[in-house]
Amino acid sequence: MPYVAVKGGERAIDNAHAWLAETRRGDPAVAEIGTEQIAEQLGRAVDRVMAEGSLYDPKLAALAIKQAQGDLIEAAFLLRAYRTTLPRFAHAAPVDTAAMAAHRRISSVYKDLPGGQILGPTTDYTHRLLDFALLAEGAPPPAPQAPAADEAMPRVSDILGHEGLIEADGEPDGEPGDLTREPLAFPAGRDVRLQALARGDEGFLLALGYSSQRGWGGSHPFVGEIRMGEVAVEITPPELGFAIDIGDVTLTECQMVTQFKGSRTVPPQFTRGYGLSFGHADRRAMAMALVDRAMRAAELGEEVTAPAQNVEFVVSHCDNIAATGFVEHLKLPHYVDFQSELETIRRMRAEAAALPEAAE
Amino acid sequence: MSDDTLLSARGLTLRFGAVPALVDVDAELWPGEVLAVVGESGSGKTSLLNVLSGRCQPQSGVVWYRDPEGRLADVHAMPQPALRALHRSDWGFVHQNPRENLRMGVSAGGNVGERLMARGARHYGSIRAEAIAWLAQVEIDANRVDDLPSTFSGGMLQRLQIARTLVTHPRLVFMDEPTGGLDVSVQARLLDLIRSLVARLGIAAVLVTHDLAVARLLAHRIMVMQRGRVVEAGLTDQVLDDPQHAYTQLLVSSVLQA
Amino acid sequence: MNTGYNFAYLDEQTKRMVRRAILKAVAIPGHQVPFGSREMPLPYGWGTGGIQVTASIIGPADVLKVIDQGADDTTNAVSIRRFFARTAGVAPTTHTAEATVIQTRHRIPELPLREDQILVYQVPQPEPLARLEPSRAESRRMHALSDYGLMHVKLYEDITRYGHVSISHDYPVMVNGRYLMAPSPIPAFDNPKMHMMPALQLFGAGREKRLYAVPPYTEVRSLDFDDHPFRATRAPHTCGLCGATDSYLDEVVLDDRGGRLFVCSDTDHCETRREAGGARR
Repeated sequence: MPYVAVKGGERAIDNAHAWLAETRRGDPAVAEIGTEQIAEQLGRAVDRVMAEGSLYDPKLAALAIKQAQGDLIEAAFLLRAYRTTLPRFAHAAPVDTAAMAAHRRISSVYKDLPGGQILGPTTDYTHRLLDFALLAEGAPPPAPQAPAADEAMPRVSDILGHEGLIEADGEPDGEPGDLTREPLAFPAGRDVRLQALARGDEGFLLALGYSSQRGWGGSHPFVGEIRMGEVAVEITPPELGFAIDIGDVTLTECQMVTQFKGSRTVPPQFTRGYGLSFGHADRRAMAMALVDRAMRAAELGEEVTAPAQNVEFVVSHCDNIAATGFVEHLKLPHYVDFQSELETIRRMRAEAAALPEAAE
Repeated sequence: MSDDTLLSARGLTLRFGAVPALVDVDAELWPGEVLAVVGESGSGKTSLLNVLSGRCQPQSGVVWYRDPEGRLADVHAMPQPALRALHRSDWGFVHQNPRENLRMGVSAGGNVGERLMARGARHYGSIRAEAIAWLAQVEIDANRVDDLPSTFSGGMLQRLQIARTLVTHPRLVFMDEPTGGLDVSVQARLLDLIRSLVARLGIAAVLVTHDLAVARLLAHRIMVMQRGRVVEAGLTDQVLDDPQHAYTQLLVSSVLQA
Repeated sequence: MNTGYNFAYLDEQTKRMVRRAILKAVAIPGHQVPFGSREMPLPYGWGTGGIQVTASIIGPADVLKVIDQGADDTTNAVSIRRFFARTAGVAPTTHTAEATVIQTRHRIPELPLREDQILVYQVPQPEPLARLEPSRAESRRMHALSDYGLMHVKLYEDITRYGHVSISHDYPVMVNGRYLMAPSPIPAFDNPKMHMMPALQLFGAGREKRLYAVPPYTEVRSLDFDDHPFRATRAPHTCGLCGATDSYLDEVVLDDRGGRLFVCSDTDHCETRREAGGARR
């Protein structure tokens, strides 16, 4: 039978989407998952999607997760695309994490410190044994309660700073760059690098941070402090001329205290790495701080030898929306370019076969 | 092999796929003498250096080395630890690109002192003093001892590599185009330095170079290679003043015309 | 005790594998022996190596002490002790003198240990050359050929740059005159305790899948230069609770105006001294 050119691309796509919608729903006899359930009970997924989607909205993130059937990169993609449609009506003032209402605050460099070591709702010390009781529903026993201490919670970086032991925070020089509006250019300043990390793929940051601990560009890090809790977001509308509080966001902040710099003549100081993430995200904030510090190698006079220290490598590849787009685009038809490859390889093989044997 | 040859190679053959790098090559080296291996690129001279120094295994042939106790060792049959120990003490290797043999993130003193420390030196003051003495020998100012090599010029890096190599008084040094890539004036100074160090310390050397002038200045004997074979060998001045083989004549005459 | 698991969680074959690795390690002091580390219910990096070593050597008659930073009641020590309570039910203790097996993170107890005790160290990075040479293949070769030039150079550079060695913890040591070893991030202050210790010292790195050992009465020397000898340093203060002047101290921040209290990091040591009447308040 003679070959007939394939048609029906549109119908194929429609059918694929219809099937996708059915797979997304799953067995109709099973209760449909609610976005509220996702927001309430899968909070860590929501936090990750908000971070990588670069948008703080737990409800929307929950919707994206439902729509993406749990594929968190796909969900972050949905949030990013939605973000593009949103007008920007104000810039918030930098949030003051020193004023955070902290649910969790730990430091690994001091046994005890003002404000105390507060574990918060952490998985850190759980034993990773599957809890089959969770197959059924049931309320957990109420956790013990106590009034929150009103003690001041000074930053560990300030405690070290009082003795001059750690480098200063650094003065802001001009407006921070905006990765969401302008294209990336190298050399990239620390502001842009931190933005890239804040929305970068958690797995990528984790692997790079891990590599820096194992010798590929090490900075000998300690967790100076991790704090997690609510901070107020404030804007100053031009009509009012003063700052107003428009809401709270939950953030996790990590300050790494890293390899000191100095010499016999220059008093050494600890250096720093910084990480910040939406929601409760220790791993992300810590990995970000490690990679932030690694990328400062050149600025701190260290030999740049490892991937985590290579600014262009890290910042160009940490965005998983761009990454998945390009990796998965290989699925698109490439048969025209491939045809040219076929012709070339056939020609080369023919030429090689036609050559006389090489003389010894 | 006579009773006092330092290094002796017989029947070395090496190919990379269809390309013959070495074809039945013999070589001899006596203590304190410098042997130049010259030829154009692709002649096999670097392959010969790598095989003689044990860095590359030949497909056939043998390389004998006579150690300070007078015992013969087959370089390619030696266990890895013994060969590495040899490279750290009795032998040296000067690379064309000094960055390949220096720790760029370590001070000049640390670079020179490393072989001493690998051999058990444990007194910081003495190690540093010896490093400074060697820097002086290669005409690097003593006050650069704590500087990083990344602050050194190309010529200085090469001299630092030489200091790092000679600090354990090796009896045999392999050199691969030691002045390649340097300015002409810098080359001249470096060649002068190498010549005086080699003579003063009684070092034997196998020197690979494409530059006949370098061979003439430094070497007692010369081997000319073309496409993996030795086409002519003998005393340097004799071979360069009165070349017998057509290829040697070509090489010599092209230098004169340049 | 949770009867759903084998004694001390690991199955007997796994314990046998670990014990064989331990025997090899004891036979070659300071040499890292690879072992098939398992995923444990605690995360890699949180003591799984130490836990697997302890689980493989512990028996019902043992008395187990678990410390982290020298203290029995730090969160991770509590977590690990609970793990062994659930899976092995061995008698726990906070008293160093009573323990037969002591699992520790980042400290050696102040009280000298005896021949009938075993000290199990939790190790994050078993390779002493890791920060100088990240490639495992290359560092393995260096150990095999006793080629430790890279480490000597690092110490040389420290003295050149700072006037003294800048390593404060996990200070590299030469064991039995042959292998360079990472003692785990114990403070340099604790290094001398390892030398000729009557107890068996076992080191477990779960994530890196290596273990190593220092048999009793083995020579352990901290790397140094003849003219810059190793010094075991501590904060130049007295314990604010028991008055000790020679123990390793923790710095407790009292306020953000520089207020400080120094206390013994080894809580058992401090309590024992206080009970014996060494108390200051």
